[in-house]
Order: sequence, then C-alpha cells, then structure tokens
Amino acid sequence: MIELADVHVRLGQRDVLRGITVSLPERRVGVIGANGSGKSTFARLINGLARPSSGDVTVLGLDTRRHAARIRRRVGFLFTDPDAQIVMPTVAEDVAFSLRRKGLSREEVEHRVQEVLARYGLREHADHPAHHLSGGQKQLLALCSVMVLEPDILVMDEPTTLLDLRHSRQVADLLRGLPQQVVVVSHDLALLEDFDRVLVLDQGRIVADAEPEAAIGHYRKIMS
Amino acid sequence: MSGLTGAYVPGGSLLHRLPAGAKLAGLAASCTALLLLRSPVALTGAAAVVALLYAVSGVGGAAAWAQIRPVRWFAVALFGMQLLFVDLPGAVSSTLRVVLAVALAGLVTLTTRTAAMMACLERRLAPARLVGLDPFRLSLLLSLTLRSVPVVAELASRVREAQRARGVERSVRAFAVPLVVSVLRHADALGEALSARGLDD
Repeated sequence: MIELADVHVRLGQRDVLRGITVSLPERRVGVIGANGSGKSTFARLINGLARPSSGDVTVLGLDTRRHAARIRRRVGFLFTDPDAQIVMPTVAEDVAFSLRRKGLSREEVEHRVQEVLARYGLREHADHPAHHLSGGQKQLLALCSVMVLEPDILVMDEPTTLLDLRHSRQVADLLRGLPQQVVVVSHDLALLEDFDRVLVLDQGRIVADAEPEAAIGHYRKIMS
Repeated sequence: MSGLTGAYVPGGSLLHRLPAGAKLAGLAASCTALLLLRSPVALTGAAAVVALLYAVSGVGGAAAWAQIRPVRWFAVALFGMQLLFVDLPGAVSSTLRVVLAVALAGLVTLTTRTAAMMACLERRLAPARLVGLDPFRLSLLLSLTLRSVPVVAELASRVREAQRARGVERSVRAFAVPLVVSVLRHADALGEALSARGLDD
C-alpha cells in the first residue's frame, strides 16, 4: 500500500509536485505525463530517493522520511538506464551485490543468483562482463538484481524507453507475471493497457486518475 | 581495455582454483624476481615459465594476446630506446621484463573473478578501519572503477559519433564538454542507483 497525503516537492526554484493526494492499493499502477510533469519525482518518492518538501508519503505503513533505508529494502527500483544501475563488472557479481548484507552463505548466494538469472534467461551470461550485454539484456540484468531481493513493491521509471519492441514486449510479459505490486512510469502507453489504474500527471498535479482506457484518452487529449 | 575489465575467463584449472590472495602474492613475488633477473637467457627461461602458466590456465591465445596488446607499442619503443642507448642483451632483458610482468598480471585477472579479488582486498584492507576507512567501501570503489571504464568508453564513442554527425570532429572542446557533462550525469545516476540498492543502510 502506497499513500501520499498533500505532497509538495520543490527542487531548487521549481515546484515539481504540487499537492498530490492519492492512495494506491491496486496491484498494477501506471503513471503517465509529459516531460517535466513530475512523473520521475513521483516514482522516486515511493522508495524515499526523493523526499517531500511538505506532506507525507507512507509506504507499507512506514513514513519515507524516517524509514527510507527500511523502505528501500522492500521497494525495488528499476531505472531507465541500466548502465547506471549495474555496479559490478560481471553479470553474476552484480546480482550477488544485492545480497551482500543478507548474511547468506556463499553457496546460498550462488544458488539464488543462478536461480534468478535462469528465470530471466541470463544464465549462460553469468560470467560475462556486463558491458557485453545488449541494451535489453542489461535491463533484464538490472531487473534480476532487484528481483533477487524479493521486494514487496517494484517501481519502474520508464523501463522500456531504451528497448526495442521485442524487449519491451518481454518486459510487459514479465510485468504481468510478477506477484508484487508494481508502479510503472512510462511513455509506452501500450505497456499500461491492461493495468488496474493509470494516473496522469501534468505540471505537478494529478489531472486524471482512472482505468487505462479513460486515463490514456485524457492524456492524448491534453497532449494534442 | 578488455584486459582490465571483467576479462575473467571461466575455467577449472589449477590457477582458477588458487585463492585470490595467493595469486596476488605470487604476482608480487614473481614481478620482484623479474627485476632481479639480469641475463636475457634467464628472462627467456622466465618467458617459457609464463607461457607454461598460460597453457595450464587454458584461457586460450586470444585472451593472452588481449593482455599484451595494450603495451605492444610501448614494448617496441622501449626495445628501440634500449638498443640505442644500452645494447642488445639489455634491450631484450628490459623489454621481456615489462611484457612478462604485464602478462602475469593479466593472467591473474583472467583466472580470478572480480568478486573473489574484492573479497580478498576487503580482508587485506581491514586494517584501514583503524584510520576510519570502511574496507567494504574501498573495495566497492575499486569495482566501480572497473565497471566505469567500459561505460565511460561508450559515452566517449557516443559523443564522437554526435560530433561526426555535426561535422565538428577536430574540436577538442566539442568533444570534452559533452563528455564531461555526460560523465557527471552518469555519476549522479550511479549514486542514486547505489542508494536505491541499499548502500546507505
């Protein structure tokens, strides 16, 4: 459960979000809006990467201002550019990096890493350098490194922007199969078509909040 | 560049199975030995030993060449200079010394996973805690450095492409400014990603 109560975010001279109040119990929530509408900041509020200037963000019953570290352990975040998210030189090492403070034995770490790599089709790349992967495979690796921690919520900031059609579809299929609550910020309207709920942001405010068809329709109208 | 970054070649040879610490210690010892060897004959013998080690490791010729390749012109220049100012045996010795040291270091990289190297460094760096440095952060710094080399190389090639498209290939400023900007932007994104992955805990 994600709840925002009258949230304002001010970055420097700019009001990025102005008075967002919303609670999100649905399993699949999409967020759309123009460039600079505040979407990315909205996503970053959910795992405490961005803090509200005023108002409260409560995730899984915890206030993001006081419990950012605890929330981040339970909220996975996938960035647009996987290159920034991959911190270790090889594929398996990057996934293992996520587990470094779990106090698991080396065999257990190895086992979990192999398991998640197999699930997302990267098993034969385990020992390859991360920079030898294609863009789509890098995004899958970033997803593996998040999913290996079995988060309760997964937040994605434009996960398909840099991907070709085949990899975008693969991500869409993966999303459908995830048991977690998922919040996806995207320009890829097709990705959100079968979501439970879609928010439309414009100039830091929620201007539409409905099932996908109505929300996307509204978005097309304000963009034209 | 591939000689430095994630060049690990999976395998089950004796060298792969040796602990990272033993390999690093061996590397230090053998590089010292290379410095002490004077005659070209002894160094040729050392070259045979290095070749044998490569054969034992089973990493293959291409991987071996990739280690030496970055220093090939340096080796040629060094040989030429030494030949000019010293003599032939001296030139052979010092060139072999450099090439063999690089080859040995490369062999350690090829047969050791970065994670194993990091774990070993983390243990060795443990005394740094006494002066208030976190060994985990120090070893993370090293892995991030390794990881950043190919990323920055790719940013540079993207900037170069953009320059070519705009026909300003020769301007140093048109290359440096966008590269620095994109590297800084990457650093920001990396910091954010590290926080998201729980580094602040």
